[in-house]
Amino acid sequence: MLAATLLGTAVGLVFFFAPVDADQGISQKIFYIHVPCALTAYACFAWGAWKAYLHLWKRTPGADMESYVAIHQGVIFGALTLLTGSIWAKASWGHWWVWSSRQLVLFLVLFLFYAAYFMLRFSIDPGPARANLSAVYAIFGVALIPVSFLAIRLAEDFVHPVVFKRSGPAMTGSMFLTFCIAWAGILALAAAFYHVELAGKRLDSRVRELRGLLR
Amino acid sequence: MSGGDYLAAAYLVVLVVILVYVAIIGLKLARLDRDLSTLVDLTRRRIEAPAPRQEEQDEQEEREESRVG
Repeated sequence: MLAATLLGTAVGLVFFFAPVDADQGISQKIFYIHVPCALTAYACFAWGAWKAYLHLWKRTPGADMESYVAIHQGVIFGALTLLTGSIWAKASWGHWWVWSSRQLVLFLVLFLFYAAYFMLRFSIDPGPARANLSAVYAIFGVALIPVSFLAIRLAEDFVHPVVFKRSGPAMTGSMFLTFCIAWAGILALAAAFYHVELAGKRLDSRVRELRGLLR
Repeated sequence: MSGGDYLAAAYLVVLVVILVYVAIIGLKLARLDRDLSTLVDLTRRRIEAPAPRQEEQDEQEEREESRVG
């Protein structure tokens, strides 16, 4: 409900409140969905790594499943980041993808790394070995998040725009407000998906357990 | 294509992905509902099945004891 309210408000603000960018025109409004999706994907991967840590070191029950669901959410929002970014790139630069931009390539590497997590996970039979290996992989992947995030500041290609600088966001107050509400909406949506998917997975495992007991 | 078309395409892609995700979750929940119904039927059949008589139970216990002994 919170996600629906925030996203509805954000869409209204994007189209009726936020000003049109003087440089890029109306296509700049893709920013309000592209950047929140990217930041939400980072947050999901980080949450997945935290849950993996809890599984490995604290042996928290259910942490492995929570890590898996968080990474699944991260991959979904990562795919949305790549798709919306590609459309924005075509509108702004005239190309769907630019291989010379380190920011883009590093995000793709991060996305593919976590996409491979599922191949690893489902190539091993369910049990402690699968949970432990998946957790180690999830923790290794989190190292790519700061690299990917900082790449835009370290890169020298100047293709991908830098909006958030040390001096503050390079946008007007109305643009920043719209961005914050859009990000809150996407984060709330990811949280809602996370809880629904997790509840479904837990229910599925209990149904399997019950079926085994009744046989 | 104009900037407005690209903007509409970007927001449409996000909407479609969200709808596909919701549809997949909905299908999974429907499957779980079917599985639960099957398990409830199975449990009900087991409860309604006639319980073995006391004499039969005693005979079975005697057989098991003699096997152990």
